[in-house]
Amino acid sequence: MSAAHDTQAVPASPADAPAPEGGGDAIRAFWPEVGVALLLLVLAALVVVDSLRVGIGWADDGPRSGYFPFYIGLLLGAAATFILVGALRGRGEPAEPFADRSQLRLVAAMLVPLVFYVAAIGLVGIYVASAALIAWFMLRHGRYRLPATAAIAFGVPLVAFLVFERWFLVPLPKGPIERMLGF
Amino acid sequence: MQELNDLAGGFAVALTLPNIGFMVIGIVLGVLIGVLPGLGGANGVAILLPLTFSMSPTSAIIMLSCIYWGALFGGAITSILFNIPGEPWSVATTFDGHPMAQQGRAAQALTAAFTSSFVGALFAVLLITFTAPLLAKFALKFGPAEFFAVQLLTFCSFVGMSKEPPAKTLAAMMLGFALAAVGMDSVTGTLRMTYGQTELLKGFDFLIAVIGLFGIGEILLTMEEGLSFKGKSARISTKVVLQTWRELLTHWKLFIRSTAIGCWMGITPGGATPASFMSYGMARRMAKDPSSFGKGRIEGVVAPETAAHAAGTSALLPMLTLGIPGSPTAAVLLGGLLIWGLQPGPMLFIEQKDFVWGLIASMYLGNIVGLIVVLTTVPWWAAILRIPFSVIAPVIIVICAIGAYTVHSSMFDVVMMLVFGVVGYLFKKLRYPLAPLVLALVLGDMAESSFRQSMLLSQGSLGIFWANPLVGTLTTLALVMLVWPLIGKLRAGLGGPRRGGGGGGAVLAAPTAKTATDEGR
Repeated sequence: MSAAHDTQAVPASPADAPAPEGGGDAIRAFWPEVGVALLLLVLAALVVVDSLRVGIGWADDGPRSGYFPFYIGLLLGAAATFILVGALRGRGEPAEPFADRSQLRLVAAMLVPLVFYVAAIGLVGIYVASAALIAWFMLRHGRYRLPATAAIAFGVPLVAFLVFERWFLVPLPKGPIERMLGF
Repeated sequence: MQELNDLAGGFAVALTLPNIGFMVIGIVLGVLIGVLPGLGGANGVAILLPLTFSMSPTSAIIMLSCIYWGALFGGAITSILFNIPGEPWSVATTFDGHPMAQQGRAAQALTAAFTSSFVGALFAVLLITFTAPLLAKFALKFGPAEFFAVQLLTFCSFVGMSKEPPAKTLAAMMLGFALAAVGMDSVTGTLRMTYGQTELLKGFDFLIAVIGLFGIGEILLTMEEGLSFKGKSARISTKVVLQTWRELLTHWKLFIRSTAIGCWMGITPGGATPASFMSYGMARRMAKDPSSFGKGRIEGVVAPETAAHAAGTSALLPMLTLGIPGSPTAAVLLGGLLIWGLQPGPMLFIEQKDFVWGLIASMYLGNIVGLIVVLTTVPWWAAILRIPFSVIAPVIIVICAIGAYTVHSSMFDVVMMLVFGVVGYLFKKLRYPLAPLVLALVLGDMAESSFRQSMLLSQGSLGIFWANPLVGTLTTLALVMLVWPLIGKLRAGLGGPRRGGGGGGAVLAAPTAKTATDEGR
């Protein structure tokens, strides 16, 4: 959680865009635009390649499995290429910035704990992970006192437990602590 | 008057005590979802869908559709009091709604918004009541080619009517189709695009996509704005309600116009958001003093709210009769129908009469219940918005994670929710529309199978899409919609210089210009 630890520090993940020349600390939409278009192109290629593998022609019983997705892949690729070329030529989108650095820092302060949270669900179960996530946000960003934090951080998972496991009988992922308690 | 008999039967189904209870629960949950950032109609319904698997389908759809009405009502509260549109379709409501609140007329603005929502929805439900059975009967004659043509029209309309760049609309849509194709091919049983990953065998569930794109993505966007909720508080007294209603009666023409726009945009998949902008633009242009709009005119609240609700409600008409949803939330409801084992489409009106008419009756009742609930409970919802984001945000993330997990009891889905969340954030920032992605993901399999069936019938000739006047008209209309942005560009290129500098109102220039082209259609 390095990004959120020290607000003065530069955020770890989204610093892929270079600082624009002489333009404050706004980040241009160019790199994100190109990145997403390239990603879509890769996905399009994956779709087309696999459609060719399963066959895009006709079999005895009708069109093969790749028949429809093949054209979907082609269209996706065409649209992505169009966007990519547009971005590289600098036309289409106005030169509106993608976001400020301070904004990206805030997004990272949300995204990084979110990644840890999802990873933690697999390890310690959803209840403990949720309590930790709520506590982290309330202490770190809300500057709440410990009693209020504890009440909400334990209360929300408890309510979730009662509603899902008890009332609707839907089991949620659990970890070693719940097993110790006998669930 | 077969419809009235059926409707009476529907009321008998909907008016049982448990179902009225589900209605109230649904409305309250819906308003809550509409008020909170990061939770909206589509992902709210998606998260709660797994909880309804054990309920009877009729009760379940009554509750879920009431969540939808509630979310439509709830969006107006945040727009007017906090200048934060809780839902995209209430953006236009902020233009005049928030200035009214700043002038101390919050109660009037809220009453006008809720009443307009109610009126818009009511007319849309009347439309559904009387046209749905006819449309369903008509659609019974549809073959695979006709169904594919209708689906083509749906998707091409997105390209033609979207505010976003056409290439990005197309890219988002094709991404949705591509994701829908992953996993086992339902016709031949072949595995596609799994690249050996066992997790991908069952494909991508659109519920996960909806929770990630709209929930996590929205939280990331909200976080970026720094978030400080500074709002006006409001209480609504009976006196103000009655006064406002009297004033609203004089705007009956505006109601009719806005309802018509809303119903049209809801049935064609324009959806509630463009409907609200279009209706606002129309009201502004047809007013005697357009310059007073944006400074707290009650008409500026009535027009977008009426249209948004009319569109949101009438989006269920194609969903029920053709199996083609008009909005992302309608798509999630459609997904629910499939999970409960009901095949949406014309046969629904024959085989599941109780269900369909129970749902339609619940639309009438749900909107009445909703109007009463929101008018009486506004102060509480305003109070909820004062809870700081540092508490709300992690709680909403927890709710989304639980919702994503419970769909298939799978950890992989929770990871995918996170991925879709980042995609949702990037797409919103880069102006890729999310609705076509979701609709393509939902309808992908259906569109593919109707396309393949058509191809089987015609032995691979595309001529089948022009084989008779009906399918030919639909297909041609779809292609016209597809190239519509090009036509618009050509016309703008020819007419632009001649018109000269007549563009007043910089903020609203875009939606108003959009209105002009849409009208010409």
